[in-house]
Amino acid sequence: MNEVCFKNLDKENPASIATYEANGGYKVWRKILNGGFTPDEIIQELKTSGLRGRGGAGFPTGLKWSFMPRNQEGQKYVVCNSDEGEPGTCHDRDILRYNPHSVIEGMAIAGFVMNATVGYNYIRGEFMEPYYRFEEALKDAYEAGLLGKNLLGSDVSFDLYTHLGAGAYICGEETALLESLEGKKGQPRFKPPFPANVGLFGKPTTINNTETFASVPEILSRGGQWFADLGVENSGGTKCFSVTGSVKNPANFEVPMGTPFSKLLELAGGLKEGRKLKAVIPGGSSTPVLPAETAMNMTMDYDSIANAGSMLGAGSVIVMDDTTCMVKTLTRLAHFYYDESCGQCTPCREGTGWLYRMLQRILDGNGKEEDLDLLLSVGEKIMGNTICALGDAAATPVESFIKHFRDEFEYYIQNGRSMVEEEHNLVEEEASV
Amino acid sequence: MISNEAKKEIDFWVSKYPEGRESSAVMQALTIVQKENGGSLNSELINDVAEYLEMPAISVQEVATFYENYNHKPVGKHVLRFCHNISCMLNGSDELISYLEDKLGVKTGEVSKDGLVSVKKVECLGACVGGPMCQIGDQYHEHLTKDKLDNILENLT
Repeated sequence: MNEVCFKNLDKENPASIATYEANGGYKVWRKILNGGFTPDEIIQELKTSGLRGRGGAGFPTGLKWSFMPRNQEGQKYVVCNSDEGEPGTCHDRDILRYNPHSVIEGMAIAGFVMNATVGYNYIRGEFMEPYYRFEEALKDAYEAGLLGKNLLGSDVSFDLYTHLGAGAYICGEETALLESLEGKKGQPRFKPPFPANVGLFGKPTTINNTETFASVPEILSRGGQWFADLGVENSGGTKCFSVTGSVKNPANFEVPMGTPFSKLLELAGGLKEGRKLKAVIPGGSSTPVLPAETAMNMTMDYDSIANAGSMLGAGSVIVMDDTTCMVKTLTRLAHFYYDESCGQCTPCREGTGWLYRMLQRILDGNGKEEDLDLLLSVGEKIMGNTICALGDAAATPVESFIKHFRDEFEYYIQNGRSMVEEEHNLVEEEASV
Repeated sequence: MISNEAKKEIDFWVSKYPEGRESSAVMQALTIVQKENGGSLNSELINDVAEYLEMPAISVQEVATFYENYNHKPVGKHVLRFCHNISCMLNGSDELISYLEDKLGVKTGEVSKDGLVSVKKVECLGACVGGPMCQIGDQYHEHLTKDKLDNILENLT
């Protein structure tokens, strides 16, 4: 456990440059600055490692880096997406707080590979503690001569800055993030062109997530094969998971890909006292919910979770127990997407409002028989009809919650109250008699 | 009016972006002037930022109304931004928000009579393993209970 991004977590002053360097940090960057690695070699190692984008989409990092027109003249950029905001996800926050130098080194390496001399780390505006920690780390890296111009006498330069957001989930979408970084509303761009060709300020740009960048130095230090072997086929390496909800000890864990879900649940202390597992959202609120039995049989890697009917997403495991009302839970998620829709595409702007209002109507006891089919139909009409994935992300929970827990929704509509809360209260009443 | 101190802070952000791309600093400029103005923005400040960064006022207005962290009505001296999203909800955030509303005699979105505190329900703040949680100023307060909330409120002056 905790072998890559969280490897310094148990050390004293884990975020300091001294701790980082004492544990092999900046070794790769120094080797690069001394001419010991070529960009092609680095891309090859990353491809071998099987590292896939940790922000949620899971796109192979080596491939992404190879798309950059590194020999094209003019400015190019490296951007880190630290706009962590997928409900249930909070491991990038810990990487920024406890291992900021791994992000700096990963970004600097990316800059070298893609011939980009400037990088920005876009940190969400609420993450002030991580921001101060990251700024401190930047200062130390500059003082150590590891960032700046003509580093260690080489012809390699890399300047890195932080940018702070101001509260918008959509800015986690990479082109919305670029818009935001340019000082505009965070509304996603049409693709193509992709950021590798037209990115920040119209220049070629590579954007990766915090955890992805943080994984790079260790991969290059120990070899792509070493990383690949930590995980399973198609899912190389380790992954940070946030385990939250109805567990005894909610926490972040970095475990090898392919770790059984049941093991992860055990690490988080298991279900709260006296509760039974009911459902799991394995990859953050945008990924389909799974019933307990399906979840207990899956392992935490891209393929196994896909076979179970969901997605690994950002590695945000939300655990629900037998007292969780699925109608109320889904309504809360629907409110989130309604609130966070950027308003650019009509199906999402209007559809997320429809979804939320219909669910709230059911929750208020005014649901109608036809509402469930209408909900599904609205979801279908959003799916695939928007510029970015937020629309799909809003429709996905609706579809999966109704698919697996339809009886709860029907009960709520027919009786104007929650089946689960009623059962739970009855049990409590009996117990108190 | 933007104070000289605030201008200095804004300049620090402007220096991070290429020449001609000063508008990248607009989000932080708004954050800075909002803080200086006791936690909220008004059209005068929005115009001041536009003028300072040489941007069309409408572009600044767009940014100021798009992002969640800008307030357009006066807020309390301290704003308790309470997460009510899924992980916090599963750990009792709704009950704590109700408790807070009762204790302060305000609804979410309102300012307490003495102007000291306002409560705002917000979406996921990215500290889900610490839920229920809230943000006050730069600080996150995690694993909240009624007792912890009492304690936090007592220490707000």
